[in-house]
Amino acid sequence: MDLGFDVVEFDDADHPTEGEVAPDFTRPLVTDEFWEDVALSALTEDGPVLLLFHGMDGSFPATYMWKGIQARDWDEDLTVVGVSISSPYEHKSFVDDRDLQHRLFSDPTNEVAESYGVVHDLDGMAGVAEPRPSVFLLSEERVVEYAWVASEWPEFPDYDEVEAAVAAL
Amino acid sequence: MTALLVAKGLRRSRPDDVTMSQTASTDDTAVTLYRLQACPFCERVVRTLKEHGVPYQSRFVETDHSERDVVKRLTGTRVVPALVDERTGVTMAESGNIVEYVESVYGGA
Repeated sequence: MDLGFDVVEFDDADHPTEGEVAPDFTRPLVTDEFWEDVALSALTEDGPVLLLFHGMDGSFPATYMWKGIQARDWDEDLTVVGVSISSPYEHKSFVDDRDLQHRLFSDPTNEVAESYGVVHDLDGMAGVAEPRPSVFLLSEERVVEYAWVASEWPEFPDYDEVEAAVAAL
Repeated sequence: MTALLVAKGLRRSRPDDVTMSQTASTDDTAVTLYRLQACPFCERVVRTLKEHGVPYQSRFVETDHSERDVVKRLTGTRVVPALVDERTGVTMAESGNIVEYVESVYGGA
């Protein structure tokens, strides 16, 4: 998109790349009915996982990203989960409002994003950092099969590229 | 009804009380507690579970009573706390009953 001016560019991210084992973590995982502590490794044990880091629930990039994902039909092949700094209560509302079929990890301290090297310190919101939009396709062994991390703000995943990676599993 | 559930739970678990407590200490997901943040009745159950060293998985539900269908499907009512013990097959509501159940099944001695 050419806006005729510079958009915000992120510094290079030091994130897990193809072939590396992605960090495990445990956080409240929110469904449309409840939340409970769940380890990422518990999800990958059941099959490949598409892990999506996104902005706070209610921000337009989070909504856009989920719309893009919802338009695809990946659920038969893998588990799709999100992570943001929003509280379980906000996740619950977001799941309801967007009629989301996917579960969301709640990580208010942003430590999960830190462990993945995808922190975005927000300008104009003192003390608030959230994940940089990113996508990690993980195998049953939590090995990164595909990784995408936003290099501009805003930027969205190439869903066709993600789909090709999913198909190649 | 609830007393009956407790009695059933007791009857089923009695024959192997010793192995049971060993199982309980290694199986982290046998007991699921449906709870609400800051609900005193829920905290009462948590205290009892901790006192007896019973591992449990917490599931936090909605503040709005009308939105707790997940609990209603389990116990027939939307009240929390509600406890599911997969080892004994017991599902129950009401903190007084749950505390009594936990103490009789996991109380030891």
